[in-house]
Amino acid sequence: MNTTSTRLDATFAALADPTRRAILARLASGDATVNELAEPFAMTQPAISKHLKVLERAGLISRNRDAQRRPSRLEARRLAEASAWLDQYRQFWEASFARLDTVLKELQPKTARRGKPARR
Amino acid sequence: MPFYPESFRVSTPTDREVLVERDFHAPRELVFEAFTKPELVRRWLLGPDGWTMPVCEIDLRPGGAYRYVWRKEATGMEMGMGGVFREVVRPVKLVATEKFDDAWYPGEAVDTTTFEEQAGITKVTLTVLYESKEARDTASRSGMERGMAAGYDRLETILAEVAKVSTS
Repeated sequence: MNTTSTRLDATFAALADPTRRAILARLASGDATVNELAEPFAMTQPAISKHLKVLERAGLISRNRDAQRRPSRLEARRLAEASAWLDQYRQFWEASFARLDTVLKELQPKTARRGKPARR
Repeated sequence: MPFYPESFRVSTPTDREVLVERDFHAPRELVFEAFTKPELVRRWLLGPDGWTMPVCEIDLRPGGAYRYVWRKEATGMEMGMGGVFREVVRPVKLVATEKFDDAWYPGEAVDTTTFEEQAGITKVTLTVLYESKEARDTASRSGMERGMAAGYDRLETILAEVAKVSTS
């Protein structure tokens, strides 16, 4: 099936939560352990771990499996992908309509304009 | 100025709807054609640069189906959608169901497009009616509402910030 959209689906589901977005923002300034992440959020470690699992499944972070502390790392590529996807939609109609203006302008001489007979 | 981009407006008149409005400097017969003839539709319904429309099929009659597939040429990423016309009133109104292949919202949405002409300017209103508020909000959150609903800007700002910091 379409793996890109399946992946994006997971990505957007993960991004829908404000705590997870805050975690990503924190990781943007460097890798961090569960302890370090739990601190500013007044949340328990298991609660943070749960969020990290969702982010990891969505491909938004990776965790070093070898290191004892398992620091989390932001996966910027996936985030950029999600951002690009959103951006495409934000611009979709505006960009399309600008093109439609051009198409309509081109088509106009072919049809009789009101009050302005077409030049031959 | 021949163009009317300032008339571009997006709003959410009810819990289940998203409304897009735009004026065009052309008679409505022409605008209607541009919305319903595949050879015209595939020239403009493309969103940002870099996308093409390899599939654009429109069977313009009540009960007739339409099918659009977009492709981002740089990546090969494809996105498809389609539906069935419920009402076709030339050159005034179109009602059609809408379903993306990879929809992130439940059920089908219903698109109503109207064309009103005044003094050579045609106002197009496009209403997307989702099956529920949840469906609309899911669509808007996931971007499938085409990135125009409220609540979307915040996520985008955060994404942009995070992306900026992480790539610098």
